[in-house]
Amino acid sequence: MGRLSSPQELEKYREGIRRRRDPHQAFITVCGGTGCHASGCHAVVDAFKKVIQEKAKGNGVGLRVTGCHGFCERGPLVVLHPQKVLYQRVKPEDAPKIFEETVLNGKIVESLLYEHPTTGEKIVSEEEVPFYKKQMRIIFGNNGSIDPAQIEDYLAVGGYQALCKALFSMKPEEVIREVKKANLRGRGGGGFPAGLKWEQCRNAPGEIKYVICNADEGDPGAYMDRSLLEGNPHSVLEGMIIGAYAIGAHEGYVFVRHEYPLAVVNIGIAIQQARELGLLGKEILGSGFSFDVQISRGGGAFVAGESTALMATIEGNVGEPRAKHIHTVISGLWDRPTNLNNVETWANVPLIIDRGADWYTQIGTEGSKGTKIFSLVGKVNNTGLVEVPMGITLREIVYDIGGGIPGGKKLKAVQTGGPSGGCIPESLIDLPVDFDRLTEVGSMMGSGGMIVMDESTCMVDVAKYFMNFLKDESCGKCTSCREGTRRMHEILMEITEGRGTLDHLDLLEELGWVTAEASLCALGGTAPNPVLSTLRYFRDEYKEHILNKRCPAKVCRALLKYRILSDVCTMCGRCAKACPVEAISGKVKTKKEKGIPFKIDEQKCIKCGMCFESCKFEAIEVQ
Amino acid sequence: MIPITIDGQPVEGKEGENILQVALDAGFDIPHLCYNENVKPYGACRLCLVEVVRRGRSRMTTACTYPVMEGIEVLTQSEKVLRARRMIMELILAMCPGDKLIQDMAKQMGVEQVRFKKDDNKDCILCGLCARVCDEVVGAHAISFAFRGDRREMVPPFLGEAMNCIACGACVVVCPVDVIRMKEEGDERTIIRWKRTLKMKQCKVCGNYFAPWFQLEKFKERAKLPKDFFDVCFTCRG
Amino acid sequence: MTQSEIEAIIERYGRKESSILSILQDIQTREKYLPREALEYVGEKLQIPLNKIYRIATFYRALSLMPRGRHEVCVCMGTACHVRGAQRVLDQLKLELGIAPGETTKDLNFTLETVNCLGVCAAGPVVAIDGQYFGKMNPTKVEGTLKQFRSDKKKEAADGKA
Repeated sequence: MGRLSSPQELEKYREGIRRRRDPHQAFITVCGGTGCHASGCHAVVDAFKKVIQEKAKGNGVGLRVTGCHGFCERGPLVVLHPQKVLYQRVKPEDAPKIFEETVLNGKIVESLLYEHPTTGEKIVSEEEVPFYKKQMRIIFGNNGSIDPAQIEDYLAVGGYQALCKALFSMKPEEVIREVKKANLRGRGGGGFPAGLKWEQCRNAPGEIKYVICNADEGDPGAYMDRSLLEGNPHSVLEGMIIGAYAIGAHEGYVFVRHEYPLAVVNIGIAIQQARELGLLGKEILGSGFSFDVQISRGGGAFVAGESTALMATIEGNVGEPRAKHIHTVISGLWDRPTNLNNVETWANVPLIIDRGADWYTQIGTEGSKGTKIFSLVGKVNNTGLVEVPMGITLREIVYDIGGGIPGGKKLKAVQTGGPSGGCIPESLIDLPVDFDRLTEVGSMMGSGGMIVMDESTCMVDVAKYFMNFLKDESCGKCTSCREGTRRMHEILMEITEGRGTLDHLDLLEELGWVTAEASLCALGGTAPNPVLSTLRYFRDEYKEHILNKRCPAKVCRALLKYRILSDVCTMCGRCAKACPVEAISGKVKTKKEKGIPFKIDEQKCIKCGMCFESCKFEAIEVQ
Repeated sequence: MIPITIDGQPVEGKEGENILQVALDAGFDIPHLCYNENVKPYGACRLCLVEVVRRGRSRMTTACTYPVMEGIEVLTQSEKVLRARRMIMELILAMCPGDKLIQDMAKQMGVEQVRFKKDDNKDCILCGLCARVCDEVVGAHAISFAFRGDRREMVPPFLGEAMNCIACGACVVVCPVDVIRMKEEGDERTIIRWKRTLKMKQCKVCGNYFAPWFQLEKFKERAKLPKDFFDVCFTCRG
Repeated sequence: MTQSEIEAIIERYGRKESSILSILQDIQTREKYLPREALEYVGEKLQIPLNKIYRIATFYRALSLMPRGRHEVCVCMGTACHVRGAQRVLDQLKLELGIAPGETTKDLNFTLETVNCLGVCAAGPVVAIDGQYFGKMNPTKVEGTLKQFRSDKKKEAADGKA
């Protein structure tokens, strides 16, 4: 296929693809997202290939390796179309059975179905699984059915339709008006209105302008941008082209983390395919509008996700933020007007143009429209990516979608917003989730990480964790940020190692204030949030560490004591074997000998917890 | 001229100037360590924080990186500013507690004690002036920041001898905390911190060793000066 | 790495300042570190002073100035992994390999690294070895996971122990 030179040609091409595809034809999708990779989906794909080759005998059963479906906890995931039967935790040896029973004979393999955790009922259809039921997958939904390396798959589901609409029936100003009306707010963290940014960039003086897609997803615990770029790269690309048209930019960059090699590959393929079809490059679809995109790989620095640092990196400088007294929409990349949005924001654009702002604004709350993809991770049963309408409560996300906390433990907090965010306590579980409400309670939306913490999570340790992260990831330029995060970390070390004082709490608050107020960029500006929000909601836990030298969650190692309960000890000797420092002594009981209960030498113990882990009889107590 | 106010007084600045320069020229006292008018402002030390009120909105910013804009109101002594500066001063004092200038500045701001743990072997306050002068004024590109976050350091490439250093001594002069030292012995000059020792040239008239050969050759090359231009020292040349 | 190989990489991105990070990344991918001579050569060709290249090379985690082991063991320290016990997995790896993060074993077989998030949060704690992900890790799984990457001698020893 050569370049398409009009919208009519694109529609004809699309019709051709659709005609070739029988909607009743059976095909198998295997999730190829990174989560499923970690649980071995590669071998499952190979097994299906073999089975199809041996048994399908030309009856056209298709196999499609798709992007992330979201339900990573249950991977590898396999969905059989057209019935949409979901099989979870599939092993390579299940492939022949699935093929025989379900594909050929239409029977269900019960053992691979998802089982409702409370009712025990087996659920056949993907849509009926509680994890998916309360979601609204308007951005993320296509991930599960298209092969990211095939532009035809994207075209078959209506891809690049919005681009046609924008290029041929809307003026650039109308596109901006629509995005403004939809009140699309930036999904990368700050929630700045995208339409306003586009307008400022369009109106900024200068011939050459740039658009950038920020895929430097650095928040630990967040991976929705990765999954979008890996699973549906064309949706992001289409958004960028529409944005570039609205702004009047002819060059664009996708800035991707180097830690996401598959995303780099997939967006690269997408760009290539779009160019070949004339959806990118000179005179897109014969419209007279030209735009092309390059990929720029990040070097592994969290701060490079900050817009000015990101631009410095593309320019070939070190990723250090600069003062934004003149905004980047006026003077950004190479001092030219530059509009930067993140992956998920761009992916929203085709939808808004295609279905209209009136439709879009029906979803969400007053100030936050549309959906948001969260990565629901940590101490929750159903970990994975969830797309929900703005305004849904934390409770619905954690309990209805997430299936609650594993092991019958109690929810303690939900951390949102990455290192810039805060910990929301269990008491605020009915909080509707949107940009403004999260900020009100001292956290933020961020890019969408949602880390569930239970009673075995220590909040002082969490604060320490984030300060350790930030002192490493700060570029180190501003005294307030570099020294502020370093000193906060130092104090938190003191507290978690039993040397804390109550004065430390005041000092933490003062340091937090100055780090936020005196630092240049958003990294420093939000760096103290993990400390300040835990101090606000979990001050007692800090005090317990300081006054009683005790970590209630039993996390802070220096404050723990391991003890073997001699009356429970079966003298199996497993703990002594597991101990890396030979701190455990005793004698194994055998048929011939009596044995001596095992004991831990406190002097030698490094509190690694290996003995606790190894004991099968709950004979080891942690205090 | 661009009219602004600083602590209520009307002051005028020129296009392209920053608030710190304008304030210092007008006689206001704003503490600063990483600013030098010969190089581009960088905003690392954060001591020159001021409050800027623009279009009714107030924010704290470093004066050295903020361009003068018509009608802005600058507050150099607000409670918020003084509070932030004090904490930053304490953080800087903790980095090099032995330096006289830092001690005096701290005292003046009312910072009496350091509440943090003592650092070992630290003395540099990472203001970056030495490298900026070396890059922007001297053009030797001998040193730079390396690493990031709390591991940030000012070093020559690969941590060894600074091979591009011409031992001109500009970094020695601009360093506010006096941790870059230079020594001259016989016909040699050494910049101790950058492990760089160079032979000096002798003046044909007075016989004094006046500058490193390497430096003079570089200057000649760059400015296309005649071969014998630096045979006589600056003093003897008159 | 020969100069003509470096030259080929430079050509791919163009002889301009903005190509520097991409060029360094490609050299890193090939050599598993950035040899000093390569940096000096690139600097000369792109007219970028060495102090700036050194600054970039030490700023980004993806770049290393030290030779690396044959296998890179990367422990994810993302938040989701952290609350599920990544620290203890790291401690066990340190113990098994006898090195700290950022270091390489004497036999040049392993380099231990931490990363702030691999984006495989649902499977945490995650360890990636040479790009292959191992999910739901715990300290007791460490030895078995490392086994297949051990050099032959060590592997025999480990087999014997098991």
